[in-house]
Order: sequence, then structure tokens, then C-alpha cells
Amino acid sequence: MGLLDKLRPAISEIDRSGEGGFVVTSTETLFNWARLSSMWQMSFGLACCAIEMMATSASHYDIMRFGVIPRPSPRQSDIIIISGTVTLKMATRIKMLYEQMADPKYVISMGNCSNCGGPYWEYGYHVLKGVDRIIPVDVYVPGCPPRPEALLEGLMKLQEKIRAERLSKIELA
Amino acid sequence: MTQQQIVEQLRATFPDKLGTWIEMTNGSEYQRRIGSYLEIASPEIVKELCLYLRDAKELAFNSLLLISTLDNGDGSLSVVYHIESTTHAHRLALKVTLNSDHAIVPSVTGVWAHANWQEREAWDMMGIRFAGHPDHRRILLDEDYPGHPLRKDFKEPDFYHGMKVPN
Amino acid sequence: MSELLEGRTIKHSTLPTTTHVHAAEAVEPRRLHTEEMVLNMGPQHPSTHGVLRLEVVLDGEIVVDVIPHIGYLHRCFEKHAEMLTYPQIIPYVDRMDYIAAMSGEHGYVTAVERMMNIEVPEKVEYIRVLFAELQRIASHLIAIGTYGLDAGAFTPFLYCFRDREDILEMFEKTCGARFLYNYMWVGGLSHDLHPDVLSMCRTFILKSRKTHKEINDLLTMNHIFVERTGGVGVLDAQVAVNAGASGPMLRACGVKWDIRKNDPYSIYDRFDFDVAIGSNNIGQLGDAFNRHWVRMQEWEQSLNIIEQILEQYPAQDTTSVQSAIPKRLKPPAGEIYSRTETPRGELGYYIVSKDNVKPWRVKVRSPAFSNLSLLPLISRGYLVADLVVILGSIDIVLGEVDR
Repeated sequence: MGLLDKLRPAISEIDRSGEGGFVVTSTETLFNWARLSSMWQMSFGLACCAIEMMATSASHYDIMRFGVIPRPSPRQSDIIIISGTVTLKMATRIKMLYEQMADPKYVISMGNCSNCGGPYWEYGYHVLKGVDRIIPVDVYVPGCPPRPEALLEGLMKLQEKIRAERLSKIELA
Repeated sequence: MTQQQIVEQLRATFPDKLGTWIEMTNGSEYQRRIGSYLEIASPEIVKELCLYLRDAKELAFNSLLLISTLDNGDGSLSVVYHIESTTHAHRLALKVTLNSDHAIVPSVTGVWAHANWQEREAWDMMGIRFAGHPDHRRILLDEDYPGHPLRKDFKEPDFYHGMKVPN
Repeated sequence: MSELLEGRTIKHSTLPTTTHVHAAEAVEPRRLHTEEMVLNMGPQHPSTHGVLRLEVVLDGEIVVDVIPHIGYLHRCFEKHAEMLTYPQIIPYVDRMDYIAAMSGEHGYVTAVERMMNIEVPEKVEYIRVLFAELQRIASHLIAIGTYGLDAGAFTPFLYCFRDREDILEMFEKTCGARFLYNYMWVGGLSHDLHPDVLSMCRTFILKSRKTHKEINDLLTMNHIFVERTGGVGVLDAQVAVNAGASGPMLRACGVKWDIRKNDPYSIYDRFDFDVAIGSNNIGQLGDAFNRHWVRMQEWEQSLNIIEQILEQYPAQDTTSVQSAIPKRLKPPAGEIYSRTETPRGELGYYIVSKDNVKPWRVKVRSPAFSNLSLLPLISRGYLVADLVVILGSIDIVLGEVDR
């Protein structure tokens, strides 16, 4: 059943006769499953890490098997990977791009520079010391630059995070 | 031509305007060639001198390699021009020293087009003005960024557009 | 031009040289009412190769002027260089031209060694040149692959990245890092060459020659690609020299200028290779196609150099690669301008020392910065769709443009 396997154990009954049928699950699980399996990424590179991001999306590491498809516009994308140093001149633009994205949106901060300023921490008069000073970050991927495998793990961590998301904040007793 | 011959010719053409020829003391002949420079005593002749260097047949310095700037730490700034002739395969470095309160030097954009962005960068980073530059704006930093960061007395701002800058 | 090019039948008359240059005049006779319009491209744009913003002034489809806005990746390299000691600067050099980190390191350590008069063991020189040339291929692979993307060809990108992984694997085996290495130190190297690398190189050469032919068939000789890039963004040789172009950008104009030949450093005088230049055979001298073609030829020449290194490499030599590293790096007072040829052109370091462990000033002549400054010059009068092709042919790395 491929993708539907992921919905277990929430699926109670599946008709395998081929005549159609029904799936019983919670909306929360269904929505989360849909969100985490097609995270469209804004194709947007900043610095050195962008080259590793490109390598991740090229044939060797093939990021598309996670349902991550690069989109050129912020309006069409679900996640943004901040791949590199955020400078003061760029920071306002990144904030604007983030605000243009439609909800739900997620941010992966890739590399030490966007985590905390990285090697430019001390004397970088034009470097923002961490992209979380301007936008909220979901997953931090350390490394300078992180290996493609590290970025893929960051993606999987984000998927885990989405899988555990609650649609409503009301706690049922 | 050797660098000494070039300097001699320049001294004959621009008497009293040039300073001393500073030669690298240690190292091989090649190291002396890439480590020596000619000081220019009066900054206002820079453009004239560069035009001569470019157009004189036997010199033909047709390529500007780099314009770099220096904060000497004693209230003076320097502009260093590294130039080269691709036809005669010789090169030369010129150095102009300016007072940091009144750092202005003629632009050589009209001589070598390469100087355009190099001079804009020098203004941006070191705060040296270039008289007669066609597009005298900052290049790397935003126009409202306070100060010129490569000066030795530069202090980074605490906040810039609401963003905290120091760590 | 190699037989490869001459064997093909691409009609020169079909090239869009005339139509493009005179596009502006074509509008005139019909007396269309036109108005200038400003289009903003970037800093988030898939074809700007990073965070570059172009302010494009358009008259209809025709580019009237381009104003590049840079500095979105200004990471204060020169300030860091003043604050850190000589060996500490090397990682920052890596991060400047991040696509060709080895070449950047090679330039920097050469400059400091020239200041300090350090003799480097022969074996170290061989490893350095080997890695610099491998890096040149890796960098050109990215340039060629992404240039294919810019011109609308997706497959070469995948092929190029596949081959690049082989090179990165060799680097990783030797120094542990995939991509930003801190491998070349002043006076030596951080690690000795991994014993597997030489045999990996031999396999790589065979494989890479095949890919080279494949890319030539797929991309370079592709009629659509030639139509798209031939005669676009033409740069005159004299203007190029005057405006500070270097590397493939300069050689595509027909100027035979390569620092490896004209101002030799390291042990490049021991190898026999040609300096690739542009020609009029396909496209026009100094156009976007020739810049791509020069990169293709340089890829082949680099393979030739690597072959010669494999022949000459002193495998029996057991000298430690760290034997010439000085205990204390403190160059004598003085200044120096030293340059090397990176995949993008002439990378120069102007270093001023005041007899201290930290340099007083390090100024970089970055080839991408100088080459990008020519963009307005070579894109005026062409169509807006050509702008992406012209920009891609310059092969900029924003880390090096902004430093």
C-alpha cells in the first residue's frame, strides 16, 4: 500500500478488494501526513551551504525522495532552508520572503552561520548572529557546511516534528 | 624594462612630484619585484601620472590589477595601485598617502574602467573619496551603514535596522 | 579549435548574432511607443547564482542598462584577516570562494610563503598542484552544470554533480572535509596524500574524459544551446583588459593570458599544457558561448596536467608534508602582491606585514568581483532573456564577489 502504510496504526480498515473503500483516521494525522510528505522548498541559496544544498538535490543524494521539490516562489513553498550566512543587508529580505510564504511554514537553519553566526561570530560587523534573531526556526542543522546527509537528517527531524503537531490546542480529558 | 628604469623615466617626466622608491629588502629578485612600490608625494597628479603610464608606448600599463587601501594607524590612509602591462610583462605599484580627515584623490576610472568598482569599494570600506568618479556610491554595505569598517578606529553599531549586531 | 568542433555541421548563418545586436533598431521603424521600465531581479532568484540583485532597465524586451547591487553576502573577510593570525585566516579564505576552496588556499599560502621566503618540499608542491587542478575541474563542473540550467538544459547538471562527487571523495579521503578544507597550510599541508587517491585519480581521468565528451555532445554542440549563447554578451579584448577581466572571461576574447604561464607559481612550469582561448568558429569571439567553451577546454587541460602529475609524482619520497612549516609565522615587515590563477581568474592577495603574527592588512583582488563589474557593459542591447545567459557565463561566486 506504499504511502498508506505510514498512516498505520491510525487506519482501522482498508478494503483491499480494489472496489474502493474507506480509511478511518484522525484529521490531525491525515493533515500532518500530507504536510510532511510534500514539503515544497523555496529554492533559495545564500552562501557556501547552498552548494551543499544543491548537491543534496542533485542525483547523488536526491532530496526529492522526501517529497521536497524546489519552487521558485515563496507563495508556493512550505519550507525555507536558510543555507548560509545571513548578512544585515540580506536579513530584511529574508524576513520579507518568510512573511510572503503561506501557512503552515517551516524554517530549517542550515549551517553554523545561520544558527549563530558561525565563524563570523566575533568580528562580523555585517553578519547577523543567527537567523533566529529575525524569524522563528524549527530545525537547526550544525556543520560548516553540514554534509548532505546532515541536511537530510534535519529534514527527517522536521518531518518528525510535523508528525507530532496538534491541530487544536484544546486538550481533551 | 626593469622597475628601476620605469621609475627613472617617471622621475624625468614628473620631477619633484614623486616620492621614494621603497624596495623590499629581503628575498629573491622575484620577491623584490612583487614587493616594491613607488611613493607619490603629491596626490593631485595621480590621474595625470596614470594616463602617462597607460599611454606611453614603452610603458603601456594597460591593466589595473587592484586598488587597495591601507589605514596606517597614525591618522593617515594610503591608496595603493597595482598596475601591469600585458604587452611588456612588467608591473609596478604606486602608493599615495593621504590625511584621513581629508582623504580625497583623483579617480582613475577614466584611465582603467576596472577602477570603477575598486574605487567604490575603497570609499565603502575605508572612506576615501575619489574626485571625478562617475558613480560615487557605497558598493558592499547599505548607504545608511554607519562608518567605514576597515578603518582601525571603526566601532560596529549596536543596532542596525532594529537588529542586534554584536554577538 | 579541436577537430571535435570542426566535425560538426552548425551553420554560422543561423546564429543569432545580428538579430540580437540590432533588436533595438528593429523596434524603431515600426514607431512603437515604448517606455522604459525597471525590473528587479534578485536577491532571491534561481538564476542569479546566489544573492545578487540586478536592477534592469528595460525598453520592452531590450536591456537598456543593468545595475548590479552586491554586498548581500559581505562577510567582512578583510576585517577578520586583520584580527586573526596568518594560519587562522586560511579557513576564512576557504569560505570566500567556496566553490574552489583549494585554489583560494593555494593563492593565500603562496603569498605568505613568498613573504617569508619559505621553500616548500617538492612532494608538497605536487600534491598542491594536483588538488588545485582537481578543484579547477570541480569548479568548472558546477559552472558548466548550472550554466546548462540557465540555458534550459537540466540533464548536464546532474551529470556534472555526479562527477564532482568523485573529486570531493578524493579530498575527503585526504583531509576529512568534503568542501571547505583548511588543507593547505603555510609551508606544508595538514595531511599527507591518502594512498588511494593516486589510483582514484587514474580512474577519475578515464571517467572524466568520457563525461567531457558526453557534455560536449549533450550541451556544447546542442543546437539550442549554441543558438542561445552564441553571439550573446560579446566582449571586446581591449575593453576586457582595460576593465580588469581575467580567467575564462578574458581568454574567451582571444587573449592568451594565464597566470600559470605568464607569471608561473608553484611548479606549473614543469607541466605541458595549452592555454585555452576563444575563437570565431562557433559563435563570436568573446561571447557567452566562448566563455563556456574555454571552460570545457580548460577541463581537458587540467586532466592533462593531472596525468603528468601522476607520472612525475615522487611516491617514494617519505618527507613529512609538515616538515617545512615554520614554528612561528611572523613575516618580516613589508608588503607583497601575489597572485594565482583560480578557475575564475586572477586571484591576488595584497598583504601588508608590520612584523607581527597578525597581518596589518590583507586585501583580495577577487576575479569574480572584477568580472561581474563588466556585466552592464556586455548586456546592454540584448534581450532580457539573454541576461540570464550572460550572467551565467561570467561564473560568479557571490562569496568571492562580496568577500
